[in-house]
Amino acid sequence: MNIETSKESTTMVVKVTGRLDAVTSSEYEQKFNALIADGETMFIVDLENLVYISSAGLRALLATAKRIKGKKGLVSLANIGGSVKEVFDISGFGSIFPMYNSVASALTAVTG
Amino acid sequence: MTFLARIDNLSKFEQFVTNCAIQFGLDATRTSGLQVAVEEVFVNICHYAYPNSGGTASIVAGTEGDALVLEISDIGIPFNLLLSSDPDTSQDILERKVGGLGCYLIRKFTDHASYRRVNGANILKLVVLRIMGQ
Repeated sequence: MNIETSKESTTMVVKVTGRLDAVTSSEYEQKFNALIADGETMFIVDLENLVYISSAGLRALLATAKRIKGKKGLVSLANIGGSVKEVFDISGFGSIFPMYNSVASALTAVTG
Repeated sequence: MTFLARIDNLSKFEQFVTNCAIQFGLDATRTSGLQVAVEEVFVNICHYAYPNSGGTASIVAGTEGDALVLEISDIGIPFNLLLSSDPDTSQDILERKVGGLGCYLIRKFTDHASYRRVNGANILKLVVLRIMGQ
């Protein structure tokens, strides 16, 4: 897994590439914890290049989003597709997160 | 095939399953779902089967007609992963528990899953049909 971040106005765009599983999920949480510690609260997670997610990955997404929501922040997801979308749909995670077809549309929704 | 039950062996374990699925002719979507199910089983063994020492996880793959059959076993403490209760998938973000999804995903991504305890071994049998719903 690889994580790239960029800042768009007040929103952090976090691009996750590869696999989010029992091995890599702790790295995902650590990255977000560091961003939260830096004061970031608005996030768009770009999952276009995420090829696989397991329950450990879902747990990391949920735990992180809960932490951010506790700080009055928001995590939106963009570009979910393929087998990752199937895991999301089956798990009911599609209704937990605001989801968008592109980072641009997520940014528009978040920043207005 | 036997692996040390350590999280850092997950990718090797999953690669074995993926190779079996490709040989069997399982399509990409079903193979990906099977990877999720198998990860749940392997990670559960790594975390809970051997609380006081290290141990192993073994996997045997075979076919029964149009089904790929995987049997994953450990010789750790007796535990039926399939008895875990399903999560409430309708809850919102603050209500939703962090966890409890593993068993649910195993059932969703296989056509049949069963547990038995034989001669001190936990054996989880996962069955995936070549074509969904056949």
